[in-house]
Amino acid sequence: MAIQTGAGMGNLPLEEAALAPGQGFDGPSGGEGVSTGSIGMQILRVFFENKLAVIGAAVIILMVLFCYLGPVFYSTNQTNANNALLYGCQNCAPSWAHPLGTDATGFDMLGRIMYGGQVSLEVGFAAAGLATAIGVIWGAVSGFFGGWVDALMMRIVDVLLSVPLLFLIITLAVIFKPSLSLIILVIGFTAWLGPARLVRGEALTLRVREYVQAVRVMGGTGRRIVVRHIIPNTIGTIVVNATFQVADAILLMAALGFIGLGVPLPLTDWGSMLANAVNWALAGYWWQIYPTGAAIVLVVVAFNFVGDALRDAFEVRLQRR
Amino acid sequence: MTLLVFLLEHVIPGGYARAALGPRATAAEVYQFKVANGLFLPIWDQYYQYLRGLIESFNLGYSYQFNQSVTTVIGERLPKTLVLVGLATVFALIVAVPLGVLQVVRRNKPVDYTLTGLSFIGYSMPAFLLGQLLILYFAIDFHWFPTEAPQGQTVGSIIGDPRALVLPILTLSALTIAAFSRYMRSSLMEAMTQDYIRTARAKGASSGRVLFRHALRNALIPIITLIGLSLPGIIGGALITETVFNFPGMGLLTVNSALNEDIPVLLGTTFVVTLATVAGSLLADILYAIVDPRVRYT
Repeated sequence: MAIQTGAGMGNLPLEEAALAPGQGFDGPSGGEGVSTGSIGMQILRVFFENKLAVIGAAVIILMVLFCYLGPVFYSTNQTNANNALLYGCQNCAPSWAHPLGTDATGFDMLGRIMYGGQVSLEVGFAAAGLATAIGVIWGAVSGFFGGWVDALMMRIVDVLLSVPLLFLIITLAVIFKPSLSLIILVIGFTAWLGPARLVRGEALTLRVREYVQAVRVMGGTGRRIVVRHIIPNTIGTIVVNATFQVADAILLMAALGFIGLGVPLPLTDWGSMLANAVNWALAGYWWQIYPTGAAIVLVVVAFNFVGDALRDAFEVRLQRR
Repeated sequence: MTLLVFLLEHVIPGGYARAALGPRATAAEVYQFKVANGLFLPIWDQYYQYLRGLIESFNLGYSYQFNQSVTTVIGERLPKTLVLVGLATVFALIVAVPLGVLQVVRRNKPVDYTLTGLSFIGYSMPAFLLGQLLILYFAIDFHWFPTEAPQGQTVGSIIGDPRALVLPILTLSALTIAAFSRYMRSSLMEAMTQDYIRTARAKGASSGRVLFRHALRNALIPIITLIGLSLPGIIGGALITETVFNFPGMGLLTVNSALNEDIPVLLGTTFVVTLATVAGSLLADILYAIVDPRVRYT
């Protein structure tokens, strides 16, 4: 849902850039980095120069550890609603026994954020991966073959692109009853349009390069060119876009959960948790809203930071080529 | 697009007839329904019939939930959503453009960093969370605004209640403001590096004049395209906003139909919303050609 604005976090002063017209404004800070080491190292270095990106990456890693390793150290009942209703306390304020309180069923909120976070993160990564894979193949094939194949494939993308995603996903979620893997499929199969267009644009410029012609002369098939030569050369665009896709997928998942079309019980996700919490908002059960909401915002912001920094980092590579 | 909607209607598990008649229908009833609705005809015949109905009488099917035709149900709600989306977009522009300018004027100063940070949070914040927080603070704690959007039946009565519209519009435009101001910032920055800016400065124009008369006017042009591109996103946001504020528009209709599994309405709203988006994008393209004389569609 987030619109990519093409604005990086780079802070090139205006005067400096004015001397070098043609260079993007959102390039990495300064031009002091002299190229040493491999391209991969350069990318890593520019990435790590960006403090926000490092913070973002750290947040993502910590959140993954928190959701997956957290339950090992802080084990709570998150699946047995009967036990929770019988032995837990409902809508309890934070205390030593429940650091973030409990929800209406009696599930511990801290444990629930870990448990729901697993679903949200899984959907985010898996759907983004799926969307990227479809989009990359679609775009590379379309751009490489060109002509009427390209025209047809891109018209399909244009048509789908004008469908408001959320409406389509809701319709699909109702027609195919949602389960965790189906939600991943639905989001993945609806979010691939962005990467398809980006990769197609790059493939169009790559297909006329000398090395592609060399492969053709040597008798390489179209498939070999697409898989071995075009896709690897668009890897920068792909990685950057995939990062934003994860953020978008997590937000979409949250929206679905909020509407009531999230994963079925006993699973839960951050969006569904917020939807439940909202029912009790008037009662002042703040511990059900703020930690979960903060978790969503934190993770999505982190992915956006990382994506922005990656874009800057890969731009460096493009500039030096 | 029509093909997509049509095909979706036919992949419903258990079949279209089962979905329309409910789980308690007998096999004979299902058979009758299928005959009556021509469901035994070849699929391309059915598609032809569907298209004909759509073009001749804008027939989108029948809602089991409301016992009305889908067209009627949607017709009542579409204008309200258009009002909400339109107002939010205009509001977003009014706020985002000055914010972008401010960021360029004060670039790499605390103001710039703060606004950048806020815009990151702006488009990482789920709309339903933001809407809920706004309700909690401004409606429940401070009683400044009502918790619900206007409930009027007509568009007039909705606009006639501007206080109730404040929170929904704020919620819906937050993401757009974040994205637009971010774009405005980079677009304006790029405009400032152009040759004509240097020319203007060399002629002795003040920096304010250069910024507003020369750079801003050129930087605004891509924003028009951006509006067209972000329309699907804004309308998706409207769905969430309408749900949070109980605003009787297309989004709420979609959510309620989803929960009631009223599939004809769902497909209808998806279709109509897409039409509206395409129309909006077309409008943006035309506007672009008017504003920027360099663009010519030949």
